[in-house]
Amino acid sequence: MWSESRRRPAIRVERLSKRYSIGARQLRHRTLRDAVVSSAAAWTRRIRHPIASREAQDNRIWALRDVTLTVPKGAVLGIVGRNGSGKSTLLKILSRVTYPTEGRIEIRGRVGSLLEVGTGFHTELTGRENIFLSGAILGMRRTEIERRFEEIVEFSEVNRFIDTPVKRYSSGMYMKLAFAVAAHLEPHILLVDEVLAVGDAAFQKKCLGRMSDVAGRGRTVLFVSHNIDAVQRLCSECVLLEDGRVVAQGPTPAVVQRYFASVNAQSQPGTWIDLTNRPRRGSGEVRFTAAQFTSFDDRVGGAPYAEGPLTLTCAIETDQARTVGSMAATIETAAGTQLIEADIQSIGQVLRLKRGRNIARLDIRSLHLNPGVYSVRLWIGQTAKSGFDHIASAFQIEVGYPPAGTIDFLSLDTGLVPCAFTLAQEHD
Amino acid sequence: MYPLQRTAPAAADAAASCEIATSRTDPVDRADDDAAGDVLTVIEPVEGWTALGLRELWSYRELIGFLVWRDVKVRYKQTALGAAWALIQPALTMVVFTLFFGRLAKVPSDGVPYPIFSFAALVPWSLFAFGLTQATNSLVGNQQLVTKVFFPRLAIPLGAVLSGLVDFALALLTLAAMLLWYHIPPTSHIVWLPLFSALCVITSLGAGIWLAALNVQYRDIRYVLPFLTQLWLFLTPIAYPSSLLREPWRTVYGLNPMSGVVEGFRWALVGTNTPPGAMTLVSTVAAVVMLCAGACYFRRMERTFADVV
Repeated sequence: MWSESRRRPAIRVERLSKRYSIGARQLRHRTLRDAVVSSAAAWTRRIRHPIASREAQDNRIWALRDVTLTVPKGAVLGIVGRNGSGKSTLLKILSRVTYPTEGRIEIRGRVGSLLEVGTGFHTELTGRENIFLSGAILGMRRTEIERRFEEIVEFSEVNRFIDTPVKRYSSGMYMKLAFAVAAHLEPHILLVDEVLAVGDAAFQKKCLGRMSDVAGRGRTVLFVSHNIDAVQRLCSECVLLEDGRVVAQGPTPAVVQRYFASVNAQSQPGTWIDLTNRPRRGSGEVRFTAAQFTSFDDRVGGAPYAEGPLTLTCAIETDQARTVGSMAATIETAAGTQLIEADIQSIGQVLRLKRGRNIARLDIRSLHLNPGVYSVRLWIGQTAKSGFDHIASAFQIEVGYPPAGTIDFLSLDTGLVPCAFTLAQEHD
Repeated sequence: MYPLQRTAPAAADAAASCEIATSRTDPVDRADDDAAGDVLTVIEPVEGWTALGLRELWSYRELIGFLVWRDVKVRYKQTALGAAWALIQPALTMVVFTLFFGRLAKVPSDGVPYPIFSFAALVPWSLFAFGLTQATNSLVGNQQLVTKVFFPRLAIPLGAVLSGLVDFALALLTLAAMLLWYHIPPTSHIVWLPLFSALCVITSLGAGIWLAALNVQYRDIRYVLPFLTQLWLFLTPIAYPSSLLREPWRTVYGLNPMSGVVEGFRWALVGTNTPPGAMTLVSTVAAVVMLCAGACYFRRMERTFADVV
């Protein structure tokens, strides 16, 4: 009987879909006048064209489409996918913040969700007061908060400021306190969205430890993150979402590999890589539309190699002529650790763009990277403060070994960066 | 270098800490587990009208308490006069009313001193108007909660209205002091006061949840609200007595629930000749209908709040 109930899944999601209406007719803050006008317009349309469809279908998007999932009790499941793939929507539906359009979910047990850090915090209140308020909002009972109060304060590392209004806190302290409250939630099922990236490295480590601690106690955890390192450490199984659909589910290493492959598709040296559909941020007046990379070295087919040159060529479109102070390419490991960055601002140069399409080239003289696969991030902005366009994962480059005979004193097999060294021996 | 958000690299050696992490088990939570671990929640698309979910709302009463506590705690932070603001507004309104309606226009006041006459009405009116304003703005003001955590949404406007009770208590004390000053002794009618206060809260909440739900979709409500409150003030017998009206118009007047509340307050505290009657009954029915309909409408709109707000 007992084991019977143990074997029941904690979460069963069946053919779940969620549709959002976007576009001009359904802007976020509608006014009564709009509603009156548009419903009047709809009526007249219906009278004049009784057969025509009620609404144009193209201003509706499916954030989730036919998602089916089963999460066994005690599992720690990672959900990965690019921006806009539906991860957060899934967690929002599971935590009952928003409703599905189609499908059905069965959840067994009390659900706690951490969709952001600092939910329910009020800046005018002190740290102590916020622990109670935020705890209650996240679903803890008053007695439970009282019992864990010391533990929470201890975890947050803000003991001295516990009776100071949090508006006087540094953002780091604020985050730490907020996470400390959240970390002491003890639901049966914990839904976590991208909240581990708070505080300094030491605190992040502590948070990860806390998460795996919770997982180790037989709780079911659903964990959404772009931080693949964290996903790999915490989760034994993963689900990969793409455009609102589940495209892979299984052991973490396989799914993560698939994720990287989908994030950085078709990147060949010396050919234009289309960037128009990449997930991006920024105001959008200036946009990267395409890019290519090459080492100009025919011996290796133009592929970049360790300690070799690398030229990145970007096609940039702008709505008007302007001078841009910052354009940068950052090369990162597949897991997102930033290794090198070439920003024109750091060499004191500006980019003069004419209206329409422009081509800009960044020449990296020598690529101090060991052979491997890296991801390139592109950024363009007026200054380093305001961004026009930012593509976190523009394309992938494979850095190879140098052509035979060019360089012969490098250690290239271990570590990320080549090490040039020689040996000298002294004989007495 | 990049101001736009980028993923932070994980702590390189977090794995080590995972292994060290203790696996304490909490006996209290464990006990709780076996009881609640199998509670089944089903999430499905919902269309049309739904039940009010009062049982669920009740189970979140502690949270409502916290929301009220937060609102009260924060309200007069960083103000020079603090909680005195709870008295200044009705007191100044009373002074203005006394000067213009009492002295200049010679509005009758049912045989009691005009300041008392108007203040006894302004005390429940402030509770109503404050609750209405707070409730209307509550969902939009708590966007962060609405889009990030689940709990019965009705808790938000409910907490907003209830938080006005603290100011109300202060105003009542002031009224008591004024009654002493004017040598008006309390009567046994005072036992009715909690009922009229409850009716006031029901009216405030009833109108407030309508406007709160509408405000999520149509921000016009923000601009309608001050005008609506002002209009409602003059439609309520605060500056003048409802005895100016003849029956059956007095009973019809009860359709504005606040007229029943205000006349009830005067009768219970000051002893005017306006005992609970047909008008009170009409007011009560109107208030309850408004609240129930408002709650139904709210529940219907609730599922879109997180997407629209």
